[in-house]
Amino acid sequence: MKAPAIRFYQTGSFAVGNRLLDPEQRSVQAGEQRTNSITCGHRACQGCGEALGARYALDAAMRATNGQMIAANATGCLEVFSTPYPETSWQIPWIHSLFGNAPAVSTGIAAALRAKGREDVRVVGQGGDGGTVDIGMACLSGMFERNDDVLYICYDNEAYMNTGVQRSGATPPAARTATTQAVGPEPGNVFGQGKSAPLIAMAHEIPYVATATVAELRDLEAKVQTAMEIRGARYLHVLVPCPLGWGSASKDTIRIARLAKESGIFPVFEARDGEVTDVSEIRRQVPVEDYLRPQKRFAHLFKPEPRTEVIARIQAGAERNIRRFGLLPDPKEGS
Amino acid sequence: MLRQVEGSRAVAEAVAFCRPEVICAYPISPQTHIVENLSQLVKTGELAPCEFVNVESEFAAMSVAIGASATGARAYTATASQGLLYMTEALYNASGLGLPIVMTVANRAIGAPINIWNDHSDSMSQRDSGWIQLYAETNQEALDLHIQAFRLAEELSTPVMVCMDGFILTHAVERLEIPTQEQVDGFLPPFQPRQVLDPDEPISIGAMVGPEAFMEVKYLAHAKQMQALELIPEIAADFKDVFGRDSGGLIRCYRAEDAETIVLALGSVLGTIKDTIDELRQEGMKIGAVGITSFRPFPLDAVRGALSHSKRVVMLEKALAVGIGGIVSANVRMALAGIQLHGYTVIAGLGGRSITKASLRDLFTDAAADRLEPLTFLDMDWDVVNRELERMGASRASGPHAENILRDVGPVAAGPV
Ligand SMILES: Cc1ncc(C[n+]2csc(CCOP(=O)(O)OP(=O)(O)O)c2C)c(N)n1
Ligand code: SF4
Ligand SMILES: [Mg+2]
Repeated sequence: MKAPAIRFYQTGSFAVGNRLLDPEQRSVQAGEQRTNSITCGHRACQGCGEALGARYALDAAMRATNGQMIAANATGCLEVFSTPYPETSWQIPWIHSLFGNAPAVSTGIAAALRAKGREDVRVVGQGGDGGTVDIGMACLSGMFERNDDVLYICYDNEAYMNTGVQRSGATPPAARTATTQAVGPEPGNVFGQGKSAPLIAMAHEIPYVATATVAELRDLEAKVQTAMEIRGARYLHVLVPCPLGWGSASKDTIRIARLAKESGIFPVFEARDGEVTDVSEIRRQVPVEDYLRPQKRFAHLFKPEPRTEVIARIQAGAERNIRRFGLLPDPKEGS
Repeated sequence: MLRQVEGSRAVAEAVAFCRPEVICAYPISPQTHIVENLSQLVKTGELAPCEFVNVESEFAAMSVAIGASATGARAYTATASQGLLYMTEALYNASGLGLPIVMTVANRAIGAPINIWNDHSDSMSQRDSGWIQLYAETNQEALDLHIQAFRLAEELSTPVMVCMDGFILTHAVERLEIPTQEQVDGFLPPFQPRQVLDPDEPISIGAMVGPEAFMEVKYLAHAKQMQALELIPEIAADFKDVFGRDSGGLIRCYRAEDAETIVLALGSVLGTIKDTIDELRQEGMKIGAVGITSFRPFPLDAVRGALSHSKRVVMLEKALAVGIGGIVSANVRMALAGIQLHGYTVIAGLGGRSITKASLRDLFTDAAADRLEPLTFLDMDWDVVNRELERMGASRASGPHAENILRDVGPVAAGPV
């Protein structure tokens, strides 16, 4: 299914407006036939972006595969909050093995299905940013490189949340975590470190790489749908704010995710075979300050006095993203 | 059919007869020939349907096997040494999840110092990983144990490691009885998983388990291994019915009934031990051997029964538990609780050092006269050790041990291998 061509006035995205769409283009979550892959009763924090993202992504994948799907999970919040028995939240066949091997377990499932001639059953691997960009990177890269028929979804909350908010390779500069504390002359995480897993995925020239946020859940669903229409290794990187780790209000999860995109901090795009093919343009650019301010992990940038040069460096990073991915509409084209 | 064949090739063919559906592999000597042969059998289509996955590490190899096995596929891999350690976390996971994966370990030393030659340090380090461990004495047994291993693993839903001495067995070419596909099919039924990831009947596997149930779940792995104590001999008996050969079982005794001195060991060194025993018997020494095939589960009763009439046991081990001495010995001593018997631990053959008949002769003669220390290092060059200890005493900055010792030993170390 193609992502709908209609862009909604309110958000410039696919976030609202089911009633205006053809039935098959409506949000999976709006339909009674949704799977509730992760059903109620799990123990995520209020406003958890990861729980929200996983629910949308998996239900969309279930619709795309007619319910013929198996999921493999890395250790992390998603696994821990969903499984304490007998209240497992999973209504799909689901396995958790280890922290760093979810892509390889997914490969094994896909290989078994191929050997059994059950290629109608598809595989989704998933994990947090730590499980994906750090400890799972070797397995992930191997899965990409072999072009195994797996969609791997990273729920990026920019730190090791399940162990108490420690820095990962996806933690942004200046962010306070338990291992990059807001103390000393340069509080928070250092500049010039970290990595972009989507760009690493693209370097493998796999058929499909995309990023998304929980601010635009319709876009997330559409990307999952697209991914499931493709065979081979696919990667989806979803920004999922974490109220606990980011020090943000539970009610602000979606707003903060939107600000990440609208400031240029988090580029939302699609790539095929290593080339960017589509970007979600910024609708109304906001300064990074708007994104940083509501999060306590960046509080030291504003108190006791503003660290304007640090904020400027973060702004420069956002501008670089905007240039690199072409996130602002070309002014010549009008609006 | 009898055929002149390399051990690795024979194991590969045996594994192929077992119709694995997913094989994943990462190269490490001396395991490489096994998976190279399997990759060939898959690529030519002789082994089908089967997916051969070239993974990026041993950790991934075991993880792919975990995913495949949980999806109901018969899964196999092979490794050795550093590779086995690299997959340690996944080994415990496979056994904790109760997945009947079969793996060959081509036994090799563990570094540092890096060394590719045979000893049992690798598999011994994983003795408590929850895997059943079977040790092959010969290449024929290695071949046979793989066929038995799949049946054992699947009946109990627990993983099995078949350990065979690296190079000594894996690279030895000898005449072996190669089974037929029909024979193996008659012995090994298709895999019927106890748990399977299936969209039509969704289950969760690998949930978080707290103190309320953890001990019980862990105990089940032990309970299965206790069942294996019964099952391993039964499977060996069935195997004999179908293939006409004695292979496997818990332990194997050699001239042990009336022996006053019993040598206990695992793996291919039993061949040299038996030859030495034959010579000493001719000279009137009452000596025999007990070979342990199943190290996990450890056959306490069988070992106790085999040793109870002897006066002493020499436990010859190809691994060292640094800080205490023997690993096999510690297990054997549990079997001997309440029995009055001299026990001698002998650490031998580390990093591929030859275990010669001449050395064994002297060793057994000393043992029979109760002249052995409780812990002996066979053919250790104490002068070399003492000189390094002296260097350490003389200077705080005495440098790296291995390099100092190699310099001391001189160019022989780089001689023909
Ligand atoms: C090999 C290993 N190392 C460390 C851990 C501890 N650990 C469990 S979950 C976790 C954090 C997970 O972080 P992430 O992948 O970002 O997921 P999140 O909880 O943030 O969603 C860590 C460090 C582990 N379980 N296994
Ligand atoms: S710590 Fe963060 S990621 Fe984990 S459950 Fe809470 S909100 Fe979700
Ligand atoms: Mg995280």
